[in-house]
Amino acid sequence: MDTLSILLMGFISIVVVNNLVFTKFLGICPYLGVSGRIDMAFGMGLAVTFVVTLSGTLTWLIDHLLLIGTSLEVTRYICFILVIAGAVQLVEMYLRKFFPSLYESFGIFLPLITTNCAILGLCLLISLEGINSLLEAVVLSFGAGIGFTMAICIMAGIRENLDLADVPDCLKGAPITLITAGLLAMAFMGFAGMIR
Amino acid sequence: MTNSNAKTSRYGQTLLAGLWRENPVFRLLLGMCPTLAVTAAVKPALTMGCCVIFVLLCSNIIVSLMRNLLKPHLRILMFTLTIATFVTIADLFLKAFVPRMSEMLGPYVPLIIVNCIIICRAEACASKNPMLVSVIDALSMGVGFTVTLCFLAGIRELLSTGKIFEAQLMPDAFVPWAAMSMPVGAFITLGLMLGLVNIVAGKKA
Repeated sequence: MDTLSILLMGFISIVVVNNLVFTKFLGICPYLGVSGRIDMAFGMGLAVTFVVTLSGTLTWLIDHLLLIGTSLEVTRYICFILVIAGAVQLVEMYLRKFFPSLYESFGIFLPLITTNCAILGLCLLISLEGINSLLEAVVLSFGAGIGFTMAICIMAGIRENLDLADVPDCLKGAPITLITAGLLAMAFMGFAGMIR
Repeated sequence: MTNSNAKTSRYGQTLLAGLWRENPVFRLLLGMCPTLAVTAAVKPALTMGCCVIFVLLCSNIIVSLMRNLLKPHLRILMFTLTIATFVTIADLFLKAFVPRMSEMLGPYVPLIIVNCIIICRAEACASKNPMLVSVIDALSMGVGFTVTLCFLAGIRELLSTGKIFEAQLMPDAFVPWAAMSMPVGAFITLGLMLGLVNIVAGKKA
Protein backbone atom coordinates (compact mmCIF):
# COMPACT_ATOMS: atom_id res chain seq x y z
CA MET A 1 0.00 0.00 0.00
CA ASP A 2 2.81 2.37 0.90
CA THR A 3 4.70 1.82 -2.36
CA LEU A 4 1.46 2.17 -4.26
CA SER A 5 0.67 5.55 -2.75
CA ILE A 6 4.22 6.79 -3.40
CA LEU A 7 3.89 5.73 -7.04
CA LEU A 8 0.48 7.38 -7.36
CA MET A 9 1.74 10.61 -5.81
CA GLY A 10 4.78 10.62 -8.10
CA PHE A 11 2.53 10.10 -11.11
CA ILE A 12 0.12 12.92 -10.25
CA SER A 13 3.02 15.17 -9.34
CA ILE A 14 4.77 14.80 -12.68
CA VAL A 15 1.52 15.08 -14.68
CA VAL A 16 0.02 18.22 -13.17
CA VAL A 17 2.11 19.74 -10.37
CA ASN A 18 5.54 19.58 -12.01
CA ASN A 19 4.33 19.42 -15.60
CA LEU A 20 7.43 19.41 -17.81
CA VAL A 21 6.12 21.97 -20.29
CA PHE A 22 4.67 24.52 -17.90
CA THR A 23 7.09 24.45 -14.97
CA LYS A 24 10.37 23.12 -16.40
CA PHE A 25 10.13 24.63 -19.92
CA LEU A 26 11.03 21.30 -21.51
CA GLY A 27 9.81 20.36 -24.96
CA ILE A 28 8.89 23.83 -26.10
CA CYS A 29 10.03 23.34 -29.72
CA PRO A 30 7.55 20.61 -30.75
CA TYR A 31 5.07 22.34 -28.46
CA LEU A 32 5.18 25.42 -30.71
CA GLY A 33 5.61 23.46 -33.92
CA VAL A 34 3.02 20.68 -33.83
CA SER A 35 0.27 22.17 -31.67
CA GLY A 36 -1.65 23.51 -34.71
CA ARG A 37 -4.12 20.66 -35.09
CA ILE A 38 -5.52 18.52 -32.33
CA ASP A 39 -5.21 15.10 -34.04
CA MET A 40 -1.55 15.69 -34.88
CA ALA A 41 -0.90 16.99 -31.39
CA PHE A 42 -2.40 13.82 -29.92
CA GLY A 43 -0.33 11.58 -32.21
CA MET A 44 2.80 13.50 -31.32
CA GLY A 45 1.96 13.22 -27.62
CA LEU A 46 1.58 9.45 -27.90
CA ALA A 47 4.86 9.09 -29.80
CA VAL A 48 6.64 11.16 -27.16
CA THR A 49 4.98 9.15 -24.36
CA PHE A 50 6.23 5.93 -25.88
CA VAL A 51 9.77 7.19 -26.43
CA VAL A 52 9.99 8.79 -23.01
CA THR A 53 8.78 5.66 -21.18
CA LEU A 54 11.19 3.45 -23.09
CA SER A 55 14.20 5.72 -22.77
CA GLY A 56 13.47 6.67 -19.14
CA THR A 57 13.45 2.98 -18.20
CA LEU A 58 16.49 2.06 -20.27
CA THR A 59 18.59 5.00 -19.09
CA TRP A 60 17.77 4.16 -15.45
CA LEU A 61 18.90 0.58 -16.04
CA ILE A 62 22.08 1.63 -17.84
CA ASP A 63 22.85 4.27 -15.24
CA HIS A 64 22.46 1.93 -12.28
CA LEU A 65 23.72 -1.36 -13.68
CA LEU A 66 26.58 -0.16 -15.87
CA LEU A 67 27.74 3.39 -15.22
CA ILE A 68 27.61 3.76 -11.43
CA GLY A 69 29.15 0.34 -10.84
CA THR A 70 32.12 1.00 -13.09
CA SER A 71 32.53 4.73 -12.31
CA LEU A 72 31.97 5.65 -15.94
CA GLU A 73 29.55 8.44 -15.02
CA VAL A 74 31.50 10.81 -17.27
CA THR A 75 29.97 9.14 -20.29
CA ARG A 76 26.44 9.46 -18.91
CA TYR A 77 25.20 12.14 -21.33
CA ILE A 78 26.60 10.33 -24.36
CA CYS A 79 24.92 7.05 -23.32
CA PHE A 80 21.60 8.79 -22.67
CA ILE A 81 21.51 10.49 -26.05
CA LEU A 82 22.37 7.24 -27.82
CA VAL A 83 19.53 5.40 -26.09
CA ILE A 84 17.08 8.15 -27.01
CA ALA A 85 18.21 8.24 -30.64
CA GLY A 86 17.75 4.48 -30.82
CA ALA A 87 14.26 4.61 -29.32
CA VAL A 88 13.20 7.33 -31.77
CA GLN A 89 14.53 5.27 -34.68
CA LEU A 90 12.34 2.39 -33.49
CA VAL A 91 9.21 4.56 -33.37
CA GLU A 92 10.01 5.99 -36.79
CA MET A 93 10.31 2.55 -38.39
CA TYR A 94 7.13 1.34 -36.69
CA LEU A 95 5.10 4.34 -37.83
CA ARG A 96 6.40 4.17 -41.41
CA LYS A 97 5.34 0.54 -41.63
CA PHE A 98 1.95 0.65 -39.91
CA PHE A 99 0.69 4.26 -40.04
CA PRO A 100 2.14 5.76 -43.24
CA SER A 101 -0.33 8.69 -43.30
CA LEU A 102 0.57 9.75 -39.77
CA TYR A 103 4.23 9.31 -40.67
CA GLU A 104 3.82 11.65 -43.66
CA SER A 105 2.05 14.37 -41.67
CA PHE A 106 4.74 14.47 -38.94
CA GLY A 107 7.49 15.05 -41.49
CA ILE A 108 10.60 16.54 -39.93
CA PHE A 109 9.15 16.60 -36.42
CA LEU A 110 9.45 12.84 -35.98
CA PRO A 111 13.27 12.56 -36.08
CA LEU A 112 13.33 15.78 -34.09
CA ILE A 113 11.85 13.90 -31.10
CA THR A 114 15.49 12.89 -30.53
CA THR A 115 16.28 16.49 -29.76
CA ASN A 116 13.11 16.99 -27.72
CA CYS A 117 14.37 18.41 -24.45
CA ALA A 118 11.48 16.78 -22.56
CA ILE A 119 12.94 13.31 -23.06
CA LEU A 120 16.58 13.97 -22.21
CA GLY A 121 15.40 16.35 -19.49
CA LEU A 122 13.35 13.63 -17.83
CA CYS A 123 16.20 11.09 -17.96
CA LEU A 124 18.47 13.69 -16.35
CA LEU A 125 15.89 14.57 -13.71
CA ILE A 126 15.54 10.91 -12.76
CA SER A 127 19.31 10.59 -12.37
CA LEU A 128 19.66 13.96 -10.57
CA GLU A 129 16.95 13.24 -8.04
CA GLY A 130 18.46 9.85 -7.29
CA ILE A 131 15.39 7.72 -7.94
CA ASN A 132 16.28 4.33 -6.52
CA SER A 133 13.64 1.91 -7.71
CA LEU A 134 13.04 0.85 -11.27
CA LEU A 135 9.27 0.91 -10.80
CA GLU A 136 9.34 4.53 -9.71
CA ALA A 137 11.47 5.48 -12.72
CA VAL A 138 9.02 3.77 -15.09
CA VAL A 139 6.00 5.48 -13.52
CA LEU A 140 7.71 8.87 -13.58
CA SER A 141 8.67 8.60 -17.24
CA PHE A 142 5.20 7.42 -18.23
CA GLY A 143 3.66 10.28 -16.25
CA ALA A 144 5.95 12.78 -17.94
CA GLY A 145 4.76 11.55 -21.33
CA ILE A 146 1.10 11.83 -20.28
CA GLY A 147 1.76 15.33 -18.93
CA PHE A 148 3.31 16.38 -22.23
CA THR A 149 0.40 14.90 -24.21
CA MET A 150 -2.07 16.76 -22.02
CA ALA A 151 -0.23 20.06 -22.38
CA ILE A 152 0.10 19.81 -26.15
CA CYS A 153 -3.56 18.76 -26.59
CA ILE A 154 -4.86 21.66 -24.45
CA MET A 155 -2.72 24.01 -26.51
CA ALA A 156 -3.89 22.56 -29.83
CA GLY A 157 -7.52 22.96 -28.75
CA ILE A 158 -6.93 26.60 -27.89
CA ARG A 159 -4.99 27.27 -31.08
CA GLU A 160 -7.73 25.86 -33.29
CA ASN A 161 -10.05 28.51 -31.86
CA LEU A 162 -7.34 31.15 -31.89
CA ASP A 163 -7.30 30.98 -35.70
CA LEU A 164 -10.76 32.57 -35.69
CA ALA A 165 -9.82 35.30 -33.23
CA ASP A 166 -8.69 38.77 -34.21
CA VAL A 167 -5.04 38.79 -33.12
CA PRO A 168 -2.84 41.87 -33.82
CA ASP A 169 -0.64 41.27 -36.87
CA CYS A 170 2.66 41.44 -35.03
CA LEU A 171 1.58 38.79 -32.49
CA LYS A 172 0.34 36.22 -35.02
CA GLY A 173 1.91 32.76 -34.83
CA ALA A 174 4.57 32.04 -32.23
CA PRO A 175 4.19 35.16 -30.03
CA ILE A 176 0.50 34.63 -29.25
CA THR A 177 1.17 30.92 -28.67
CA LEU A 178 3.82 31.80 -26.10
CA ILE A 179 1.51 34.27 -24.36
CA THR A 180 -1.26 31.66 -24.27
CA ALA A 181 1.24 29.16 -22.83
CA GLY A 182 2.09 31.76 -20.19
CA LEU A 183 -1.54 32.06 -19.16
CA LEU A 184 -1.84 28.26 -19.06
CA ALA A 185 1.30 28.11 -16.91
CA MET A 186 -0.36 30.56 -14.54
CA ALA A 187 -3.38 28.25 -14.31
CA PHE A 188 -1.11 25.28 -13.61
CA MET A 189 0.60 27.27 -10.85
CA GLY A 190 -2.61 26.69 -8.92
CA PHE A 191 -1.52 23.07 -8.46
CA ALA A 192 1.82 24.05 -6.97
CA GLY A 193 2.34 22.85 -3.41
CA MET A 194 -0.52 20.35 -3.69
CA ILE A 195 1.99 17.46 -3.44
CA ARG A 196 5.50 17.76 -2.16
CA MET B 1 41.83 42.29 -54.78
CA THR B 2 38.11 42.15 -55.53
CA ASN B 3 38.18 38.48 -54.68
CA SER B 4 39.57 39.14 -51.21
CA ASN B 5 37.11 42.00 -50.75
CA ALA B 6 34.21 39.74 -51.59
CA LYS B 7 35.56 37.20 -49.14
CA THR B 8 35.90 39.76 -46.35
CA SER B 9 32.39 41.06 -46.90
CA ARG B 10 31.07 37.50 -46.81
CA TYR B 11 32.77 36.95 -43.47
CA GLY B 12 31.37 40.25 -42.22
CA GLN B 13 27.88 39.26 -43.30
CA THR B 14 28.14 35.89 -41.55
CA LEU B 15 29.36 37.70 -38.46
CA LEU B 16 26.46 40.13 -38.39
CA ALA B 17 23.77 37.62 -39.37
CA GLY B 18 23.55 36.06 -35.91
CA LEU B 19 23.06 39.37 -34.18
CA TRP B 20 19.93 40.50 -35.97
CA ARG B 21 18.97 39.14 -39.40
CA GLU B 22 19.17 35.50 -38.32
CA ASN B 23 19.11 35.96 -34.57
CA PRO B 24 18.59 32.41 -33.29
CA VAL B 25 15.96 33.23 -30.69
CA PHE B 26 13.98 36.10 -32.18
CA ARG B 27 14.06 35.26 -35.89
CA LEU B 28 14.66 31.51 -36.13
CA LEU B 29 12.81 30.50 -32.91
CA LEU B 30 15.59 28.06 -31.95
CA GLY B 31 16.75 27.13 -28.48
CA MET B 32 13.56 28.17 -26.74
CA CYS B 33 13.87 25.87 -23.73
CA PRO B 34 17.03 27.38 -22.21
CA THR B 35 15.84 30.82 -23.24
CA LEU B 36 12.77 30.43 -21.08
CA ALA B 37 14.39 28.47 -18.26
CA VAL B 38 17.55 30.37 -17.34
CA THR B 39 16.44 33.96 -17.89
CA ALA B 40 15.08 34.58 -14.39
CA ALA B 41 18.30 36.49 -13.62
CA VAL B 42 21.24 37.85 -15.63
CA LYS B 43 24.04 35.80 -14.04
CA PRO B 44 22.79 32.31 -14.94
CA ALA B 45 21.82 33.62 -18.37
CA LEU B 46 25.37 34.85 -18.96
CA THR B 47 26.87 31.54 -17.77
CA MET B 48 24.51 29.63 -20.04
CA GLY B 49 25.42 31.88 -22.97
CA CYS B 50 29.15 31.28 -22.44
CA CYS B 51 28.63 27.50 -22.29
CA VAL B 52 26.64 27.61 -25.53
CA ILE B 53 29.36 29.70 -27.25
CA PHE B 54 32.02 27.19 -26.16
CA VAL B 55 30.06 24.13 -27.29
CA LEU B 56 28.96 25.76 -30.54
CA LEU B 57 32.51 26.80 -31.40
CA CYS B 58 34.07 23.40 -30.67
CA SER B 59 31.37 21.35 -32.36
CA ASN B 60 31.38 23.60 -35.44
CA ILE B 61 35.14 23.18 -35.78
CA ILE B 62 34.98 19.39 -35.44
CA VAL B 63 31.96 18.99 -37.74
CA SER B 64 33.54 21.25 -40.33
CA LEU B 65 36.76 19.20 -40.24
CA MET B 66 34.94 15.89 -40.72
CA ARG B 67 32.34 17.17 -43.17
CA ASN B 68 33.74 15.12 -46.08
CA LEU B 69 33.66 11.88 -44.12
CA LEU B 70 30.01 12.09 -43.06
CA LYS B 71 27.45 9.64 -44.39
CA PRO B 72 24.01 11.25 -44.82
CA HIS B 73 22.02 8.83 -42.67
CA LEU B 74 24.52 8.86 -39.79
CA ARG B 75 24.96 12.62 -39.91
CA ILE B 76 22.65 13.66 -37.09
CA LEU B 77 23.97 10.92 -34.82
CA MET B 78 27.55 12.08 -35.35
CA PHE B 79 26.56 15.69 -34.65
CA THR B 80 24.82 14.72 -31.43
CA LEU B 81 27.75 12.62 -30.21
CA THR B 82 30.23 15.43 -30.93
CA ILE B 83 28.02 17.91 -29.11
CA ALA B 84 27.47 15.56 -26.16
CA THR B 85 31.24 15.22 -25.70
CA PHE B 86 31.78 18.96 -25.50
CA VAL B 87 28.77 19.47 -23.25
CA THR B 88 30.24 16.91 -20.85
CA ILE B 89 33.48 18.94 -20.80
CA ALA B 90 31.60 22.19 -20.13
CA ASP B 91 29.47 20.56 -17.43
CA LEU B 92 32.49 19.11 -15.60
CA PHE B 93 34.26 22.47 -15.85
CA LEU B 94 31.29 24.28 -14.26
CA LYS B 95 30.97 21.64 -11.54
CA ALA B 96 34.67 22.02 -10.66
CA PHE B 97 35.06 25.79 -10.72
CA VAL B 98 31.63 27.34 -10.08
CA PRO B 99 29.71 24.62 -8.22
CA ARG B 100 26.99 27.00 -7.02
CA MET B 101 26.17 28.15 -10.53
CA SER B 102 26.23 24.55 -11.75
CA GLU B 103 23.69 23.62 -9.07
CA MET B 104 21.49 26.56 -10.02
CA LEU B 105 21.45 25.67 -13.71
CA GLY B 106 20.80 22.01 -12.83
CA PRO B 107 19.72 19.89 -15.80
CA TYR B 108 19.84 22.81 -18.22
CA VAL B 109 23.60 22.52 -18.82
CA PRO B 110 23.44 18.90 -20.08
CA LEU B 111 20.32 19.93 -21.99
CA ILE B 112 22.56 22.02 -24.27
CA ILE B 113 23.04 18.69 -26.09
CA VAL B 114 19.53 18.93 -27.45
CA ASN B 115 19.62 22.69 -27.99
CA CYS B 116 18.38 23.11 -31.57
CA ILE B 117 20.73 26.04 -32.28
CA ILE B 118 23.82 23.86 -32.17
CA ILE B 119 22.45 21.06 -34.34
CA CYS B 120 20.98 23.62 -36.73
CA ARG B 121 24.35 25.38 -37.17
CA ALA B 122 26.17 22.06 -37.59
CA GLU B 123 23.69 21.03 -40.27
CA ALA B 124 23.18 24.37 -42.03
CA CYS B 125 26.69 25.79 -41.87
CA ALA B 126 29.51 23.63 -40.54
CA SER B 127 28.74 20.53 -42.60
CA LYS B 128 28.96 22.55 -45.83
CA ASN B 129 31.63 25.18 -45.20
CA PRO B 130 35.37 25.27 -44.47
CA MET B 131 36.58 25.83 -40.95
CA LEU B 132 37.06 29.61 -40.93
CA VAL B 133 33.47 30.36 -42.01
CA SER B 134 32.16 27.84 -39.47
CA VAL B 135 34.14 29.48 -36.68
CA ILE B 136 32.85 32.94 -37.57
CA ASP B 137 29.31 31.59 -37.84
CA ALA B 138 29.59 29.90 -34.44
CA LEU B 139 30.85 33.09 -32.82
CA SER B 140 28.13 35.20 -34.40
CA MET B 141 25.30 32.81 -33.50
CA GLY B 142 26.67 32.24 -30.00
CA VAL B 143 27.05 35.93 -29.26
CA GLY B 144 23.61 36.66 -30.72
CA PHE B 145 22.13 34.00 -28.45
CA THR B 146 23.97 35.27 -25.37
CA VAL B 147 23.00 38.89 -25.97
CA THR B 148 19.36 37.93 -26.43
CA LEU B 149 19.42 35.80 -23.29
CA CYS B 150 20.95 38.59 -21.20
CA PHE B 151 18.49 41.12 -22.61
CA LEU B 152 15.48 38.99 -21.64
CA ALA B 153 17.03 38.13 -18.27
CA GLY B 154 17.69 41.84 -17.64
CA ILE B 155 14.04 42.72 -18.20
CA ARG B 156 12.80 39.87 -16.02
CA GLU B 157 15.27 40.46 -13.18
CA LEU B 158 14.61 44.19 -13.16
CA LEU B 159 10.84 43.75 -12.96
CA SER B 160 10.86 40.84 -10.50
CA THR B 161 13.40 42.21 -7.98
CA GLY B 162 14.18 45.80 -9.02
CA LYS B 163 17.87 44.90 -9.19
CA ILE B 164 20.41 43.78 -11.78
CA PHE B 165 23.66 42.18 -10.53
CA GLU B 166 22.70 43.18 -6.94
CA ALA B 167 22.60 46.87 -7.95
CA GLN B 168 19.34 48.59 -7.05
CA LEU B 169 18.05 50.28 -10.20
CA MET B 170 14.38 50.87 -9.47
CA PRO B 171 13.17 53.58 -7.04
CA ASP B 172 12.11 52.43 -3.57
CA ALA B 173 8.45 52.90 -4.35
CA PHE B 174 8.64 50.15 -7.00
CA VAL B 175 6.71 47.04 -6.03
CA PRO B 176 8.47 43.91 -7.39
CA TRP B 177 6.40 41.78 -9.76
CA ALA B 178 6.96 38.31 -8.32
CA ALA B 179 5.27 36.68 -11.30
CA MET B 180 8.08 37.78 -13.62
CA SER B 181 10.51 35.31 -12.06
CA MET B 182 8.03 32.45 -12.48
CA PRO B 183 7.23 30.47 -15.65
CA VAL B 184 4.37 32.89 -16.43
CA GLY B 185 6.79 35.82 -16.72
CA ALA B 186 9.12 33.82 -18.96
CA PHE B 187 6.45 32.90 -21.49
CA ILE B 188 4.76 36.28 -21.62
CA THR B 189 7.98 38.35 -21.77
CA LEU B 190 9.30 36.26 -24.65
CA GLY B 191 5.93 36.42 -26.44
CA LEU B 192 5.77 40.21 -26.20
CA MET B 193 9.44 40.55 -27.23
CA LEU B 194 8.77 38.48 -30.34
CA GLY B 195 5.83 40.73 -31.15
CA LEU B 196 8.04 43.81 -30.76
CA VAL B 197 10.74 42.29 -32.98
CA ASN B 198 8.09 41.54 -35.60
CA ILE B 199 6.97 45.20 -35.58
CA VAL B 200 10.57 46.49 -35.96
CA ALA B 201 11.41 43.97 -38.68
CA GLY B 202 8.15 44.74 -40.51
CA LYS B 203 8.96 48.47 -40.57
CA LYS B 204 12.43 47.83 -42.00
CA ALA B 205 11.18 45.58 -44.80
